[in-house]
Amino acid sequence: MGMTIAEKILAAHAGADSVKPGQYIWCKVDATSGHRLPELEALGVDQVWDKDKVFMVDDHQAPPPTIAVANKVKNLRRLIKKYDITNFFEYGRGGILHQVFAENGMYAPGELIAQCDSHSTAGGVFNACVTNANLDAVHVLAFGELWFRVPESVRVVLNGTLPGWCVGKDVILKVASELGTDFGLYKSVEYVGPVASQMTIAQRWTVSNMGVEVGAKFALFEGDEKTDAFLEGRVDRPYEHVSGDADASYAAEYEFDLSDLTPMVARPGDPGNGVPVESVRGERVKIDQAFLGSCTNARLEDLEVAAKILDGKKVHPDVRMLVSPSSQNVFGEALKAGYLETLLEAGALVEHSTCGPCYGGHLGILGDGETCISSSNRNFKGRMGSPLSHVWLASPATVAASALAGEIVDPREFL
Amino acid sequence: METVRTGKVWKFGDRISTDFMMPGHRVLANPDLTPEEAAKFCMEANRPGWAENEVQPGDIIVAGINFGCGSSRNGSQSLNALGIAVVLAESVSRIHLRNAVNTGLPTLVAPGISDFVEEGQRLEVNIVTGVVTNLDTGETLQAEAWEEGSPPYEILMAGGLDAYMRVKVRERGLVAE
Repeated sequence: MGMTIAEKILAAHAGADSVKPGQYIWCKVDATSGHRLPELEALGVDQVWDKDKVFMVDDHQAPPPTIAVANKVKNLRRLIKKYDITNFFEYGRGGILHQVFAENGMYAPGELIAQCDSHSTAGGVFNACVTNANLDAVHVLAFGELWFRVPESVRVVLNGTLPGWCVGKDVILKVASELGTDFGLYKSVEYVGPVASQMTIAQRWTVSNMGVEVGAKFALFEGDEKTDAFLEGRVDRPYEHVSGDADASYAAEYEFDLSDLTPMVARPGDPGNGVPVESVRGERVKIDQAFLGSCTNARLEDLEVAAKILDGKKVHPDVRMLVSPSSQNVFGEALKAGYLETLLEAGALVEHSTCGPCYGGHLGILGDGETCISSSNRNFKGRMGSPLSHVWLASPATVAASALAGEIVDPREFL
Repeated sequence: METVRTGKVWKFGDRISTDFMMPGHRVLANPDLTPEEAAKFCMEANRPGWAENEVQPGDIIVAGINFGCGSSRNGSQSLNALGIAVVLAESVSRIHLRNAVNTGLPTLVAPGISDFVEEGQRLEVNIVTGVVTNLDTGETLQAEAWEEGSPPYEILMAGGLDAYMRVKVRERGLVAE
């Protein structure tokens, strides 16, 4: 019997010839994040298992809005020095961890990484098993090992040709709307097919990133020349692409024909509430805030499409548009490309790279009754602030077009 | 670890996110809150007043599908601080389930639990065997028990990750006896 991508990677890291779903295994982990250094210190352990394999950036409330947060980060910096952590990225040289870690070579095909933050499934774009370890990241820091229950694998076959105005965000909102936000629960989801190949790395990244929004443990793409092109100059260790075997056992296979896909938007409440934008056009949904940011959709091509839509125009007078690139590196690239200047001239507020607005932490919290259209990943009640506020999820193009119109509109009206 | 637990049931619906258990703008934005202070905001958006006025230590949560979906913030910390004895749900998100094990809060996947019990009824739950008894109706339901000897079983039985790690770092020689 053949193996799926996850089974191959987990078996290799467990030192086993094969593994099967449901089995508990201990695995060697290739890298982790440094969030649990305080817990490691509290245990009395005075070194990490491998200081070069621990990556850290402070991104959620960065830079600190309060003294309490400042003291927390101050302690973190002390621990980075104490444990001699190699890959730490200070404010100005960092950004949002999933982007920053990838830019700095943390992920390569075939690797197994367990790190803090739920959107760690994002790393699956690099044909690597990347997932969340929260409290038990301390176990990785101490031993370089973590337990796993081998997940069942499912395949999502993306057929057809993605229309020019649709991107990865529209794909994942479509998938989540059809299959629900539970279809990947405790599973490894593999995205394959012509559209998986067609999508850029940035677009695939959005799909993997929102893997956790469909419940997945891993959200994987196969490796190809686009993967290698991104990793070139960032990863200098050898790696091999991993694909599922033809006779591997998949718990389910779901097929989509995306040739007729139109821009999607998820109504407030759940990322699975996706509908075509054109179907809500008649509702005239007025927005107070448009947010282009987060680990999901604030990469260079996301900023590029927003700049294209806003070029020479002005954000609607009743709307504030917040832009926060996915890393400071992306910020710099967008600056050089002129995208940020275009956005500034359109009246957008360009912030540094941070998680803040997406999770209602800071730098853009919503008040009672306010509505935001967001390129981020979650629209739970109260996600971005007041429990009485409303978050709609959409692609960067839809966010930018809606910022112009003052209400939720189909970006095809502006492209 | 107390293996048989009885308590009064509070019912919640599907997809109770960790954002509900630990609102970002209340808790993540204020890292110096104690677990008890943070727990006051638990379910504030979806069930205002519950944490502050209604739930009592020893109570049991019964929920629908994908309990603890979303963020990896440790919602179990707040449930634990409120004194929740057991959580039973149709399904539980992977991240939340691991957080629950690591926090030492027994959280069992129990298909059929939503129709098995009404809010306010009392349950007896054996957290090792997974047998759930409705003390008001006398009926029983089998929840998914942790495989004996599996890592999550060992961590839960140790009382959570911290206790488990304290032993393991000594066994492995990372910390002197």
